[in-house]
Amino acid sequence: MPSSPTTGLVHGLYAEGAPIRDTKAPTGPIDRRWNTRKFEASLVNPANRRKLSVIIVGTGLAGGAAAATLGEAGYQVKSFCYQDSPRRAHSIAAQGGINAAKNYKEDGDSVYRLFYDTVKGGDYRSRESNVYRLAEVSTNIIDQCVAQGVPFAREYGGLLDNRSFGGVQVSRTFYARGQTGQQLLIGAYQALERQVAAGTVEMFTRHEMLEIVVVDGKARGIIARDLVTGEIETHLADAVVLASGGYGNVFYLSTNAVGSNVTATWRAHRKGAHFANPCYTQIHPTCIPVAGEHQSKLTLMSESLRNDGRIWVPKNAADCEKDPRLIPEEDRDYYLERIYPSFGNLVPRDIASRQAKNVCDEGRGVGPKVGDFRRGVYLDFTDALKRMSADAVAEKYGNLLDMYQRITGENPYEVPMRIYPAVHYTMGGLWVDYDLQSTIPGLFVTGEANFSDHGANRLGASALMQGLADGYFVLPHTIRDYLAKGPFDKLDESHEAVAEARASVDARVQKLLTINGDRSVDSFHKELGSIMWEYCGMERSEEGLLKAIDLIRGLRDEFWRNVKVLGAGDTLNQSLEKAGRVADFLELSELMCIDALHRRESCGGHFRAESQTEDGEALRHDDEFAYVAAWEWGGQDGAPVLHKEDLVYEFVELKQRSYK
Amino acid sequence: MNFTLKIWRQAGSTTKGEMVTYPVADISEDMSFLEMLDVLNEQLNARGEEPIAFDSDCREGICGMCGLMISGKAHGPEVTTTCQLHMRSFSDGDEITVEPWRADAFPVIKDLVVDRSSLDRIIQAGGFISANTGSAPEAHSVPVPKAKADRSFMAAACIGCGACVAACPNASGMLFMGAKITHLGELPQGQPERDARVVSMVNQHDDEGFGGCTNIGECSSACPKEIPLDVINQLNRDLRGALMRGE
Repeated sequence: MPSSPTTGLVHGLYAEGAPIRDTKAPTGPIDRRWNTRKFEASLVNPANRRKLSVIIVGTGLAGGAAAATLGEAGYQVKSFCYQDSPRRAHSIAAQGGINAAKNYKEDGDSVYRLFYDTVKGGDYRSRESNVYRLAEVSTNIIDQCVAQGVPFAREYGGLLDNRSFGGVQVSRTFYARGQTGQQLLIGAYQALERQVAAGTVEMFTRHEMLEIVVVDGKARGIIARDLVTGEIETHLADAVVLASGGYGNVFYLSTNAVGSNVTATWRAHRKGAHFANPCYTQIHPTCIPVAGEHQSKLTLMSESLRNDGRIWVPKNAADCEKDPRLIPEEDRDYYLERIYPSFGNLVPRDIASRQAKNVCDEGRGVGPKVGDFRRGVYLDFTDALKRMSADAVAEKYGNLLDMYQRITGENPYEVPMRIYPAVHYTMGGLWVDYDLQSTIPGLFVTGEANFSDHGANRLGASALMQGLADGYFVLPHTIRDYLAKGPFDKLDESHEAVAEARASVDARVQKLLTINGDRSVDSFHKELGSIMWEYCGMERSEEGLLKAIDLIRGLRDEFWRNVKVLGAGDTLNQSLEKAGRVADFLELSELMCIDALHRRESCGGHFRAESQTEDGEALRHDDEFAYVAAWEWGGQDGAPVLHKEDLVYEFVELKQRSYK
Repeated sequence: MNFTLKIWRQAGSTTKGEMVTYPVADISEDMSFLEMLDVLNEQLNARGEEPIAFDSDCREGICGMCGLMISGKAHGPEVTTTCQLHMRSFSDGDEITVEPWRADAFPVIKDLVVDRSSLDRIIQAGGFISANTGSAPEAHSVPVPKAKADRSFMAAACIGCGACVAACPNASGMLFMGAKITHLGELPQGQPERDARVVSMVNQHDDEGFGGCTNIGECSSACPKEIPLDVINQLNRDLRGALMRGE
């Protein structure tokens, strides 16, 4: 049952409840905390591990690595993914690299510096203890991946190469050409399949978790649908881990895989897991623009392109339809170089994205009109081609430029590329403590699915680091402290709470199949996406957010009256799969808007129109908002309840970011 | 653009399938092949006909989930994945046939969706390096010559889509397997298990019902990641050596 709020409704939308606190992080020197926690966490005798079972939902870096590691340790693991193979999880699409404080370049890097940069990059909205631990285990990740055979880029001497990434001043990013995520995921996948062969991990592909089973307040299993046979299955265990990724697809168009969804975490939220900072969305500046109404996803191009490409739009809106090569230098506005002379084209992601929106809003966007506006800016390699030769450009960026040409049909060696920001990553997620445990005991959340390490903005090459840190090195230690409380009560599928969870899934599937309305699932998803992009995208305002909430409520109501899902429940039915996901996005989206509305400050990926400096830059309010907003589900017809976790900075001094 | 699509429809793994003709109109050349199918599916849904089932996920050419036989070619006329194939690669008025991957080791689940779990089982048989979490030495303790690291990476770029199998007249999985043997076999970390790996993977490959290799090379020319045919030579060399050493 939801806790009782301590306030009445704010804006008629939400109430405030008691503060929340992370009780698991040790105090004392920050470099000792993780060691202390590992020592204090109870051990489980190897002979007892095989009697303890863990369900892991998702097989990306965070889930695949955790399943492999817990299998190696000897626990009984059940691993689930909706794809046809665990190797396809969307971690695979990450391009740039993975950070680690190895200091192989002897350029002044250290665990402390990686910690500091990540807290600052997160715009001072993440926990110091968590971020320090992330930086600390980053070095183990590289060792582990190399031992597994991940073919990182190397120098001629045979040692690992590093590059500087995302505007940081040290070279700490390890990479495998533009396919780092793929190579890391294949490493985790192979380790996972090795455990499948060893019999410690049972793999369920083409299975989608549709409900969590909570018994006596503890997570004890999931209800999943076999996507091939349609069978609704009950899987019980002693603990459950959600590693189901982010929720960027609430915007319909994003760089996520088309199947990426919020269902696993949203179902857990409805059963008592708090959802933290849902409005924190990262919008990546260098994606290929929308080409038309048919667009099903957006493709990111590594932001390394900004190292040599120059971003501009015409000074005069009248020039926007012209061939860009015919627009003389004096009629071009290199707006990032103009506004931010010291960082220029290398300003952080949130700033580059918002300025692109601003120039397009002014009517100076380029490319085809989608709706009333042209949504694109030029990323021009003309100067780089003069400076470096076409071969040198191809050597450095060839695969990205080829990808651009394949998608757009334009040759970027001849015509400036067009780019526009797209939703890329969600920093928000289920609230977890230092042990990565949610507010439901026995329910752990790792990787992008939790909220823990990136604050209000994620730095480049940090997502892969967090996924693998959680999966290989953090969760396996913290979950044992919970599992050591076992053996747990034997649980039967006939238990009331289990039967109830299963019945609710059955009922929902039947409901979706029998509404038989007029509109397709995709049409609802597209409409929701355009509401979210317009009002809860790069810039949010009170007026817009209130409007969005109204629109979302109307759309959700229509969905449950008028969606059309053909086909049967007892077979592969992709419309039914999508319908369940979109139904959950229609609830999450409202919470995102409420969270964005209540956070009346601009920080990281969240820009509030009402909170900016005189020259239009983001203005944070540390006195009022230096907290994590953890939202409790308020019931189907109730209002969400806000629990604040104060963020205390003992080591890093809070500063306004400035890139001028 | 307008097209006549002839698409394989099959309600389930045990039911008989057939080619069904669907005309599509007003297709933009900027659509990907899968977006064109999305448009068709929206039209089918509106008419009350069940949409066509096909696999896809990342839609940026890296996850390996999509894969269609398009007018007889795995992933269609370009060297790329189906999701990265765009309609500008076709001519207005074209008739295009769309089928699932055809191979005994890839049974059809529904319409254009096949079961490729046989590829996972080949990896389970030995496509890994045994290194438990936490057991790794410092990453720089073992240098890897750049040429070997680069070749390993080239082979590791395989996305496991199965186009090589679909393109092969014998439905052989040798390119897929050779890529993994090369990825791990080029690295010093992959040496201890090298002999056991190749024997075990090849046995699994044969048990799954994949055919043998007859060096035609269709696999490599269909591969969206352009994995070269010589990974199969490496596989054969490794296998011969392992068997001679009594593995």
